[in-house]
Amino acid sequence: MATVASKLYSDDVSLLVLLLDTNPLFWSNTSTTFSQFLSHVLAFLNAVLGLNQLNQVVVIATGYCSCDYIYDSSLTLSGNSESGRTGMPALFASFLEKLEDFIVKDEELIKEQEHDERIASSLLSGSLSMALCYIQRVFRSGHLHPQPRILCLQGSPDGPEQYVAVMNSIFSAQRLMVPIDSCYIGTQNSAFLQQASYITGGVHHAPKQLDGLFQFLTTIFATDLHTRSFVQLPKPVGVDFRASCFCHKKTIDMGYVCSVCLSIFCEHHKKCSTCGSVFGQSKLDGASTVSEKKRKAPDS
Amino acid sequence: MSNQRKRPNGEREEDDEEDDAEGIGQWERAYVDDRSWEALQEDESGLLRPIDTSAIYHAQYRRRLRMLSAAAAGTRIQKGLIRYLYIVIDFSRAAAETDFRPSRMAIMAKHVEAFIREFFDQNPLSQIGLVSIKNGIAHTLTDLGGSPESHIQALMGKLEAAGDSSLQNALELVHEHLNQIPSYGHREVLILYSALSTSDPGDIMETIQKCKKSRLRCSVIGLSAEMFICKHLCQETGGLYSVAVDEVHLKDLLLEHAPPPPAIAEFAISNLIKMGFPQRAAEGSMAICSCHKEVKIGAGYTCPRCKARVCELPTECTICGLTLVSSPHLARSYHHLFPIAPFDEVPTLSSSNDPRRKLGKSCFGCQQSLLGAGNKPGPCVTCRKCKHYFCLDCDIYIHESLHNCPGCESTHRPKSVSLLEE
Repeated sequence: MATVASKLYSDDVSLLVLLLDTNPLFWSNTSTTFSQFLSHVLAFLNAVLGLNQLNQVVVIATGYCSCDYIYDSSLTLSGNSESGRTGMPALFASFLEKLEDFIVKDEELIKEQEHDERIASSLLSGSLSMALCYIQRVFRSGHLHPQPRILCLQGSPDGPEQYVAVMNSIFSAQRLMVPIDSCYIGTQNSAFLQQASYITGGVHHAPKQLDGLFQFLTTIFATDLHTRSFVQLPKPVGVDFRASCFCHKKTIDMGYVCSVCLSIFCEHHKKCSTCGSVFGQSKLDGASTVSEKKRKAPDS
Repeated sequence: MSNQRKRPNGEREEDDEEDDAEGIGQWERAYVDDRSWEALQEDESGLLRPIDTSAIYHAQYRRRLRMLSAAAAGTRIQKGLIRYLYIVIDFSRAAAETDFRPSRMAIMAKHVEAFIREFFDQNPLSQIGLVSIKNGIAHTLTDLGGSPESHIQALMGKLEAAGDSSLQNALELVHEHLNQIPSYGHREVLILYSALSTSDPGDIMETIQKCKKSRLRCSVIGLSAEMFICKHLCQETGGLYSVAVDEVHLKDLLLEHAPPPPAIAEFAISNLIKMGFPQRAAEGSMAICSCHKEVKIGAGYTCPRCKARVCELPTECTICGLTLVSSPHLARSYHHLFPIAPFDEVPTLSSSNDPRRKLGKSCFGCQQSLLGAGNKPGPCVTCRKCKHYFCLDCDIYIHESLHNCPGCESTHRPKSVSLLEE
């Protein structure tokens, strides 16, 4: 469980775990290229590392078929002696190499599998789970640790098959008191990221212009947890908590919930399609019994 | 957690008064049972080193996991997710005993508060009610409700012990209350019993049979000694009976009742419950909220059926009675229905095991090195499905809190898998 940061490690030291979306199916369809995007992200990472000497950054790439750790600032203490790439600071040479290796491997895995072109979601649940395991390890290391938070830079749309896994990660982050910030750079709305930021107390923002991404990142997402109480951050507006029914996947206002497996249906059924339980007393609506109970104690 | 009870200098108020009277300081009491010499061991060369508790902790955890998975093996386990639980606390004169410091009553209240919060965290759709036994009569402290604060306030308000305890009166009262709930809910009672006797107006065996017929699952946690009548009650109704030996044990026993118990299929009739999923009201909108009966601006939810405003979820709309929840509340319970398989232990073989060397350098979840002392492979576990390696601490974290295997989640699956299959 979360521990209060000791006074020896000042309040504004943070550990930022960045989940970078490298889904090629998304990046092939945007106006901004991936390399332009990376230049914004690298400048942002430098800014975070520059805010405090003890700040730490960990980058996990969210691919289409796999996820992996790309960079850990606590492991590269001194800069690399030579940088193979011209024009890039040596600090990030290993970052770029590993990222390129990861993307190449991811693309090979994509070719091995047949995929559906319609929904091209990346494996957000995988990278969230890995980030939480890493943060749990940081908590285990004793009282002297930076305050961790997670930042999701996501452009791919939500994959409904990951719903349960993403919600499990969100609840675990809530218990550990780790906020999940999210910066959504895609076109459609991401309900998963909005819910994640709302439930864990993080910040959600979807910038409209990707040219100014660095500005949004540094003004909104670079602040550490202690400073957030002094800064005006985008407030959560209109988080949609409605559920989607399991039969048609459309969002509903009112529905029927199976009492055994909690699957949601939009219309009345005789049998639950998930757990197979047959519903008895179909005319007994939960509301009528409950309202009778309520009438017995009008003053409570 | 119990910060409000502490004075600025860190001592607990009640302890201070009692200790001054007995002549033992607060600092001394902490060392009465402390046998720190038992935590030291000698290694091969005769030097002292502390016991490595992480391996013991992990072994205990794996034993517990094996017991749980053995119980659930084969059958698709159903759990009672919509629970209506009554907590019966015995406030007879036995509760004022001081074998639990400062008194059984205070410790029970403290742990019941923690239990209530944990219970609503794990079972957001369930409801709790509180009953107390004092002077041989059972009183209802709070009715069935879903808000933790009202229960905790009612409990902390009345901490006094007097008179005899009566198990039958408590069971009769709870039985009467639980007869009114909808048929799809699971009826449970948790009794915290500190007395060694019960003074009943009638035949308690009849009451027990009545409870059994109404499918009321009664569990008892005893604080003094094992009693036949409690054991009989639990056996008849299918509950758990345990007796706490000290404060830490009591907390563990209580928290064991927080996750949903395995459901016995005939106990609750499965039903489709009509529920509403309200939208959050827009910032700056004004409405009279139906729970406090006053004007509120901004944050709140609108019932989709009658458009009344409610302050928090989950709740029942006071106007039309519709159960209002948000999808995260339902999602909190999904991990009970789709648990992940336990990981397999990897035997520490000799260094000639090549595949292990290639993959097993670091834990897949937290990147911690899996090599033990002297670059030999240390203890680790592996997932059956994705074959990734994890360290022991990640294993515990994944199974107890996260409920997702990072390796399985990081592997792409074909789109034909339905929403609920992992």
